[in-house]
Amino acid sequence: MNPVGIDIPRADGPSKVRGDAQYVDDIRPAGCLYGATVRSPIAHGKLLGIQKDPDFDWSDITVVTCLDIPAQNVVLLMTEDQPALADGVVRHVEEPVALVAASSPARARAAVAHIKVLVEALPAVLDPLTAQNNPIQIFGTDNVFKQISIHKGDKTDDGVIVEGTYTVGHQEQLYIEPQGMIAVPRADDGLTLIGSMQCPFYIVKAIAPMLGHGRINVIQATTGGGFGGKEEYPSMLAAHCALLSIKTGAPVKMIYQRDEDLRATTKRHPSVIKIRSVVSPQGELLQWDAEIIMDGGAYNTLTPVVLSRALLHLCGPYRCPRQHLEGVAVATHTPPNGAFRGFGAPQAMYAVERHMDAIARTIGMDPVAFRRLNLIRDGDTTPTGQALVDTGAHLVLDVALKAAEAEVKTPAIHPGGGVGRYARGRGVALVFHGCGFTGNGEARIKGKVAVELQDRCVQILTASTDIGQGVDTTFPQIAAAALGIGVSRVSNAPHDTAMVPDSGPTVASPTCMVVGGVLRTAALKLKAALQAETGLDTDDFDTLLDARTHTMALRVMAEYQDDGSMDWDDATYSGDAYPCYGWACSVVDLDVDLDTGEVLYRRYVSATDVGKAINPVIVEGQLEGGAIQGLGYATCEEVVLDDQGRMINDRLTNYIIPTTLDAPEMITRIIEIPYSGGPFGAKGIGEIPMDGPAPAVASAIEAAVGVVLNRLPMTPERVLSALEIKERS
Amino acid sequence: MTQFSLNGHTTSVDAPPMTRLIDVLREQLRLTGTKEGCGEGECGACTVLIDGLPVNACMIPVVQAEGTQILTVEGLAEDERLHPIQTAFINYGAAQCGICTPGFVVAAKALLDAQPNPSRTEVREALAGNLCRCTGYQKIIDAVVEALGGQP
Ligand code: FES
Ligand code: FES
Repeated sequence: MNPVGIDIPRADGPSKVRGDAQYVDDIRPAGCLYGATVRSPIAHGKLLGIQKDPDFDWSDITVVTCLDIPAQNVVLLMTEDQPALADGVVRHVEEPVALVAASSPARARAAVAHIKVLVEALPAVLDPLTAQNNPIQIFGTDNVFKQISIHKGDKTDDGVIVEGTYTVGHQEQLYIEPQGMIAVPRADDGLTLIGSMQCPFYIVKAIAPMLGHGRINVIQATTGGGFGGKEEYPSMLAAHCALLSIKTGAPVKMIYQRDEDLRATTKRHPSVIKIRSVVSPQGELLQWDAEIIMDGGAYNTLTPVVLSRALLHLCGPYRCPRQHLEGVAVATHTPPNGAFRGFGAPQAMYAVERHMDAIARTIGMDPVAFRRLNLIRDGDTTPTGQALVDTGAHLVLDVALKAAEAEVKTPAIHPGGGVGRYARGRGVALVFHGCGFTGNGEARIKGKVAVELQDRCVQILTASTDIGQGVDTTFPQIAAAALGIGVSRVSNAPHDTAMVPDSGPTVASPTCMVVGGVLRTAALKLKAALQAETGLDTDDFDTLLDARTHTMALRVMAEYQDDGSMDWDDATYSGDAYPCYGWACSVVDLDVDLDTGEVLYRRYVSATDVGKAINPVIVEGQLEGGAIQGLGYATCEEVVLDDQGRMINDRLTNYIIPTTLDAPEMITRIIEIPYSGGPFGAKGIGEIPMDGPAPAVASAIEAAVGVVLNRLPMTPERVLSALEIKERS
Repeated sequence: MTQFSLNGHTTSVDAPPMTRLIDVLREQLRLTGTKEGCGEGECGACTVLIDGLPVNACMIPVVQAEGTQILTVEGLAEDERLHPIQTAFINYGAAQCGICTPGFVVAAKALLDAQPNPSRTEVREALAGNLCRCTGYQKIIDAVVEALGGQP
């Protein structure tokens, strides 16, 4: 049976349900010490040093500062701006200043509590709207990480003009397993790093300049969720564990506590988006001008890439002859923001879909009919001039609306019970999501995959990690299908950078689509190698194995091949922005509690184009998990900062994510519009489910109670105050 | 010395009375299936059963476990045979990253023992103390309803 397209149970299922799977905190090397971090108490200041409490017993404590760094004080990513430990200046609250190691986590934390950071406060820039060209410099001369403009067509004012401003806050990834890492000294004076992460090779590249050598290998432990939050931040932990391990000569483990993880690690970029559009009286979009200001925080991280993706989605899945998009990502004295599922698109799609509702409201058209009229179709161009094929906007819209005709079966769980105090509404949002890296990203990264024949089984060697999204299951499915063998004979090798080739980072959800494609090529190469070895030209894998005269392992490697079909110009931001696009429609039914302003979800329907579902249950799980993060983004997940930019609701009691009682019943429809460049047609699907929920919820609230909310999250307080304003007027 | 029954075996530990049960389980007894997601009773990753009731092991000082019967995720399967809840979690794809899974299957076990045929709403209520960031809960609820004999 062809193993692609069926529900093979997850390879890692048994070990996870038994509690055997080894996450980083379950691993305890002999003689392990425990690390903790001393952090900046203020947003911006001159760092004068640290002061150890003379009354504390320091005899068993090791302290590390930037003076202990062997080579360059940098955690390298896109730029060299972020130090491993602050030196002379602190640029955001909670910035790492020093490290301690002790024999237990409690001892390490006690030591941290007895170290005072000596700082002289300097004026800080916390508001992204005043950051650009502010005389207080954070990054470069103008505090700009990246600026992009995209223009298509001329300008017109001939029509109905609608303007709007949309504001979105931070969002925390909130993987249930906090960040964690272990450094273990190697016999050759190098280090092995074991941790919770998405991208093992990022860590190798990030900390080699700090160590001054490349004698490092990085191993992914079973990882308890990432969602982008374990893309770049684990490099910081790796740097810190490495420094402590070098100084103590012992293995060192660092596991963040939840409050520290919330305060210190990266979040989704807050943004302010302005849109001005011109439509004909019949409702055709004539012009779409949009601008986004994105808050990157104090260091660059991956912000330029996030801005790029936001901007490329700031037009929505709609046709329009004139599109003018401007984006700027600025630096502020706040903890750096970084990768998070959706990578800028959720911010953009919220603004776009809210604005589409605003236009429909202004011209008195039904919001769905207005969208339908303007859907992007085959042959239409995106703002970068890419002519689209195989568009699926109308299909996902039809399928989702049809599925939503079914009666809502489960009643919402109303805390007060009963009806009468609730208003009911439905909202629809339509989104698209560029799959893979922007432009020539794939060609630049040149992901590699190896497959190795061992006996009669095949091992896949790749750096694409399983962070819960299931590649340890879907990759064997892809390879088994290419080889024509049972999936039980194929497995993913452990993700150790010493053993596997660099397949590119597990980010932007290209794993299945792009790396899976390279894997398929590698599997076919293995078969060809066996055919050459045996002189047979059969396709039957077992016949080939039987014809071998020995059982030596056989390894082949494949690398991403640029087929030249992508025409992209990074300098002008024009051409084919993504190899293909996915399409999705969300229909949400909800009740608004008129007394408290609380939004109670009743049902969430989605229809999503995934290209090809390699494993439908895993795909559904991705779509539903992304949906709930989107619903949390919509109404309950709010990061509140104090006057130093410190997150003050740093607990799960006050940073609220949806529970089983908040989560609605879901109807999840999978649509397959195959992508010719993906393995068996598969597209990236990890991110798109994050895009639709928030605007659909905003639309449903508007339908229920007639208030227009253009700020995320739409918390009970915001809904209630909008209701009060509406009542007064 | 604190003594209790752990997954059916009499166990004694020597730990200061206020040591968190989770630390005794994970660090002293090396039963690392019980996970720590928050350390403050909010996420349920550390759920274990004490005398059949689900509790957060991060909130319980070990002294409170004296004389009780504790069940952790490691005690669910009988030898190689997975508990039906565990099998259902695999079949429904209810474990993604899996960090929340031990807590969920243990909490579901408590529900199964107390209420053999729960409705979906009852399942939701029983699992409200367990957070999952990966699944959207749909597959978890499907798995539990099926394992408990209902129609998902
Ligand atoms: S770790 Fe115990 S409830 Fe979260
Ligand atoms: S499966 Fe990852 S948190 Fe539940």
